[in-house]
Amino acid sequence: MTTLDELRTFLPTDFKPADVPALFPAAGRRYGRAPLTEGWTTDEAARALMLAAVPPAEVQEIYRYGDTAEKLAVLKALPLLTIGDEGVPLLEDALRTNDTRLVAAALGGPYADRLGPEAWRQAVLKCVFMGVPLNNVHRLHERADSDLGAMLRAFAHERQAAGRDMPADATALLDRLQED
Amino acid sequence: MRIFDPHIHMTSRTTDDYQRMAEAGVQAVVEPAFWLGQPRTNPGSFTDYFDSIIGWEPFRASQFGIKHHATIALNPKEANDPRCRPVLDLLPRYLAKDGVVAVGEIGYDSMTPAEDEVFAAQLALALDHELPALVHTPHRDKARGTQRSIDVVKESGIAPERVLLDHLNEVTVAAALEAGLWAGFSIYPDTKMSPDRMVAILREYGLDRVLVNSAADWGKSDPLLTVRTAEAMLAGGFDKDDVDRVLWRNPVEFYGQSGRLDLSDPAEAEATFAGNSILRGGS
Ligand SMILES: [Zn+2]
Repeated sequence: MTTLDELRTFLPTDFKPADVPALFPAAGRRYGRAPLTEGWTTDEAARALMLAAVPPAEVQEIYRYGDTAEKLAVLKALPLLTIGDEGVPLLEDALRTNDTRLVAAALGGPYADRLGPEAWRQAVLKCVFMGVPLNNVHRLHERADSDLGAMLRAFAHERQAAGRDMPADATALLDRLQED
Repeated sequence: MRIFDPHIHMTSRTTDDYQRMAEAGVQAVVEPAFWLGQPRTNPGSFTDYFDSIIGWEPFRASQFGIKHHATIALNPKEANDPRCRPVLDLLPRYLAKDGVVAVGEIGYDSMTPAEDEVFAAQLALALDHELPALVHTPHRDKARGTQRSIDVVKESGIAPERVLLDHLNEVTVAAALEAGLWAGFSIYPDTKMSPDRMVAILREYGLDRVLVNSAADWGKSDPLLTVRTAEAMLAGGFDKDDVDRVLWRNPVEFYGQSGRLDLSDPAEAEATFAGNSILRGGS
């Protein structure tokens, strides 16, 4: 996993907290959107460094008023920030949307470890439902349990009754859970 | 034929509309913030709406390969409700967004002092944020409303070529073009403007700084009237390049002045994900 210090070596910029609200939405226009380092584009990295410069309440405010790219950048930066559990409501907000990118981002990083088992299982099932690839889900195989297996089995049954296919990655996960 | 609808309220339209629009050649739309039929009573209703037209709606459009941008403003009708006015303070947050290509719809509804104030304040915001402005002309008392809008625009100091005066007709077009503004025409099933009348206007005034839109919303309207106008142009003696100019290159030129118009292939951005919620029936 990348750290803030690593991002700083690629983008040596110190953001003043007072500049962040105006700079954050304009990050793509200001810094570009090209790949910067493994898994990070320049605007995402700039936004992560900006978030590191402001208090948790401001992170929440930025997410609240963010467009999709800004929200995705916040979700991606969460595991790098010293924000504790204060970012969990942002994951929950993303998981309530119908935007596959936000749902995928909420489950895609180590910050998703802070989601309780029930919320996490519902979120994984939502991925199956929306067609978000399960290989995106952080620590899927460690966290998947028999309760998730039961939910997937019921879902597979519904799909079967409707004459519809189950996504291959969901079937594979279900098979694996049944073996255990 | 590629079509760019520079004024359409997609939040009020169904996925069937998106499907038909995509099949007919509509590849890009701009959704201006406007009123919703039911008046809003607090700023929170506006911000949720703005979030929708810069977030959920572009996502929905992308499922059909359509590029979606927005314009943001407090509309003139609701500018008259003091409960809605605080939304003015929240506009700068939204005017900073990548997907926002103009301030709008601003202008007049009933030409009240409150509307004067909010119109001028938002033209100033357009200058601050280096954005063009989309100005709605009133449906009642249109000729006087149009002239007064032109005067307010002149007074604001914004460059006339960065202002689009919309919902014009035979009576109001000349004043807009003479003032150096862009002239927008909303083609509606019964009112405002028809494809044939539009073709006559193009013949008389030429293709410079003219935009054609469907302004389709929650009222009786038709998102394919841009396409019908293109067909009427061809039937009326204009060639394919003329059609492309009015229905694609002109809107690209106008909103391109924002520096934020992104017409790259939306399929590429979505390719990371195998499926999506709309085409699969929601969650
Ligand atoms: Zn409108």
